[in-house]
Amino acid sequence: MTTRPVQAEKNLQRIDQASKDGIGQSPLRPDGTLKVKGEFAYSSDLWHEDMLWGTALRSPHPRANIRSVDVSAALAVPGVHAVLTHEDIPGAKFYGLEIADQPALAVDKVRYQGEPVALVAADHPETARRAAKRIVVDYEVLTPITTEQQCLDPETHGYVHEPHEYKARAHGNLCHEQRLVAGRGVTDEVRALADVVVAGEYEVGMQDQAFLGPESGLAVPAEDGGVDLYIATQWLHADRQQMAPVLALPEERIRLTLAGVGGAFGGREDLSMQIHACLLALHTRRPVKIVYSRDESFFGHVHRHPARMRYEHGATRDGKLVFADCRIVLDGGAYASTSAAVAGNAASLGHGPYVIPNVRMHALALYSNNPPCGAMRGFGAVQAAFGYESQMDRLAAALGMDPVELRQLNAVAQGDLMPTGQPIDAPAPVAELLQRAKDRPLPPPLDPSDQRALPGALSNTSHGEGIVRGVGYSVGIKNVGFSEGFDDYSTARVRLEVIGGEPVALVHTAAAEVGQGGITVHAQIARTELGVERVTIHPATTGIGSAGSTSASRQTYMTGGAVKLAAEAVREVLLDRGRRRYGWTHRDLTLTGGQVVSASAGVLAPLAELLGDEPVEQTRVHRHRPTAALDPETGQGFGHVQYSFCANRAVVDVDVELGLVRVVELTAVQDVGRALNPLAVVGQIHGGCTQALGLAVMEEIVLTDGKVRNASFTDYLIPTILDTPPIPVELLELPDPHAPYGLRGVGEAPTVSATPSIVAAIRQATGKALTRIPVRPEHLTDTP
Amino acid sequence: MRVVFTANGRPVEADDVWEGESLLYVLRERVGLPGSKNACEQGECGSCTVYLDGVPVCACLVAAGQVQGREVRTVEGLAGPDGGLGPVQQAFLDAGAVQCGFCTPGLLVQTDALLAQRPRPSDADIREALSGNLCRCTGYEKIMDAVRLASARIAGAGGGE
Repeated sequence: MTTRPVQAEKNLQRIDQASKDGIGQSPLRPDGTLKVKGEFAYSSDLWHEDMLWGTALRSPHPRANIRSVDVSAALAVPGVHAVLTHEDIPGAKFYGLEIADQPALAVDKVRYQGEPVALVAADHPETARRAAKRIVVDYEVLTPITTEQQCLDPETHGYVHEPHEYKARAHGNLCHEQRLVAGRGVTDEVRALADVVVAGEYEVGMQDQAFLGPESGLAVPAEDGGVDLYIATQWLHADRQQMAPVLALPEERIRLTLAGVGGAFGGREDLSMQIHACLLALHTRRPVKIVYSRDESFFGHVHRHPARMRYEHGATRDGKLVFADCRIVLDGGAYASTSAAVAGNAASLGHGPYVIPNVRMHALALYSNNPPCGAMRGFGAVQAAFGYESQMDRLAAALGMDPVELRQLNAVAQGDLMPTGQPIDAPAPVAELLQRAKDRPLPPPLDPSDQRALPGALSNTSHGEGIVRGVGYSVGIKNVGFSEGFDDYSTARVRLEVIGGEPVALVHTAAAEVGQGGITVHAQIARTELGVERVTIHPATTGIGSAGSTSASRQTYMTGGAVKLAAEAVREVLLDRGRRRYGWTHRDLTLTGGQVVSASAGVLAPLAELLGDEPVEQTRVHRHRPTAALDPETGQGFGHVQYSFCANRAVVDVDVELGLVRVVELTAVQDVGRALNPLAVVGQIHGGCTQALGLAVMEEIVLTDGKVRNASFTDYLIPTILDTPPIPVELLELPDPHAPYGLRGVGEAPTVSATPSIVAAIRQATGKALTRIPVRPEHLTDTP
Repeated sequence: MRVVFTANGRPVEADDVWEGESLLYVLRERVGLPGSKNACEQGECGSCTVYLDGVPVCACLVAAGQVQGREVRTVEGLAGPDGGLGPVQQAFLDAGAVQCGFCTPGLLVQTDALLAQRPRPSDADIREALSGNLCRCTGYEKIMDAVRLASARIAGAGGGE
């Protein structure tokens, strides 16, 4: 294990002088005014003179061979400028985040419903769509491989990727697996040590990120033969890295600028229309805009892996966990995307924030002909949390114990080991989070006099009869940052100069602002470190080094950390200038309120004077402490950078006759290390809890034989304001000595932890076992 | 076809409009008002909510030809008389009700309509009025705060009951 006590101490230095709108405060978002005026340019709002509209023709079949593609009728449509198939791709035909197994356009076969087969560019989006329908594709339709049993029996059912296609993984439809054994593992002898054993099988449906801003962007061909792409994404540099081989261009001739992003939640980690728009633009030499419809969006991005899990837990009579055994099967769909990392997370976090002396785990990610699955908020930890938290309630019932007390009795704390053998070397107040959730006052009992407060609401399904209240608790664990040895870094450039007589900081990173408020925090950090008020945020571009992905709850930690390093470097250059120029010898200098201040001698000079017409600019790269790969057989290793914990209490009212659920309140208590922007932190927790609520009771992409049956917001339901209850949030701020300012990544932990609390509350109200999410009315009424 | 209507008090016209185009498409792609958003284009998300002759509608569900000669007011028309932010816009910004902001234009119009009709809504009133506007980022808590704040400010400024 690696610890850096010196670094840790430095990170925790007190910022004695609170800058106006610096860290710890909640200044307004710098993009907020434009957003409330309707003037913020999202990727779907872009316009260019002479631009064409692109669209993709997608496969209606989950599995088929392509005998032929005839584009002639489409090309003949007036207004059509180009129709492209894989044969028009100048470079590599396959791409992927971790493994290049996904064709930019289908090559001889399709592996999921919605796979892009051909592209059209036309002068009107409707012309493009109509022309695409005139492309004739001759498919040899095959029986899709969709179930776990089919996937794991390729001799009978075939391969999603033929072994010869795919040298790296020549063992059937298994994309990745991770095993883990801790303590003595789980043997008959270990089982015999337990007084009580509970086992259960659990299932999680396929959830969609359902960001509101559809996939979209504008590609503009450049004079140098390259292309400029304005795009909504989570990681500009990873996009470019995947695009370059397909476009057969050097990376420096592909310039990406972040356009306005209408939410992401993991769904923009993989490429969508990036390559397609660029292919069309380079082919037609015209700017090309692509905007997905909602229907196409459901087919155009990866989803959360559905999971089937089997858990077995053993404990002593007094509730101490003795062993836990688990098998998690994740359906990765047709392409690898981030399945390996998702399975890694499921394995390393899949026993939850509990001390368990003997552990066994087997997590698998499968290839199938279902839609590709990859990143979504919570990333492998969400599915497992439903399993282990359901088990905790089951165990508490078997022991006759209070479910919160059972959890507290076994909760990890700082100094404990995770099942990977990794010591938890930062605060882990799991028991306290649960206690605080439990200690909060409960909401008042149901008032049936307002129809709108009842399950079923204005549908007038009840006037209070048949409604039962339930309360449930849960806690979850999530890793922060990229794990398992990934070289995870971010780059920031900070420039300080005098504009209009005032010192102004300019912050440039490639970090994708997707709504979370990273740019607000970057400006706060610059203010705190440089003692200035005015900060300008440069648009995110590939004109600077990578910031890494806006995912894994990592951007405040990683890019915030990079901005901090760059600002500190600017400060040092400036103070050196002052020392040379004025002979300062003070050892207690800070930049505060636009001035250089000595704690002992007072104000030494205005920043504007020290800067004069010589701006200071510094670029720094921030890396978190190194992690290591997990051993494939034992799962042992220092795999994670940081852990994040959240506890929830859910209160529900259930109409037990109709199976209708209304969540009355959803409390969240989370340790955030340090809240750099409390308003934004709470906003992340609210949003994370609400997506968890969606998974608990309504959200699922429904599949039949690999085909999506509900690709619209009419049929795929996300929580409305009526479905969402008040969400009281309580923050703990226990600094992590390894992190910038002691902060802890925030965005995902509540999405991991909140779902099981809601299901637990429904169980308490109904007495049903509820082993599958989302919970549907028929699960509560036993209606076939 | 040619479509002529009033947008935010100004006459606008669009030529060569295909009959299948929605008001939303015409606003966004033909008359330079992209503030109304295109999240679902089937009337489920409310991101494209605009006033049509004073009534909030989903612009994606209105055929362009239907607005001939009528008055449309979009998020771009919600600013205060001095061109600064209107009270609903300011409240959403101040309360932290804006994250990615894609739902914001529709919510602003719907909230504006709610407060015009009911200046001091109860929480249940707010939830009912905004139930056709999806937000994926905020969990609606700060949106509730924003509407309460806008209501209080408007009432405080003498605009209330």
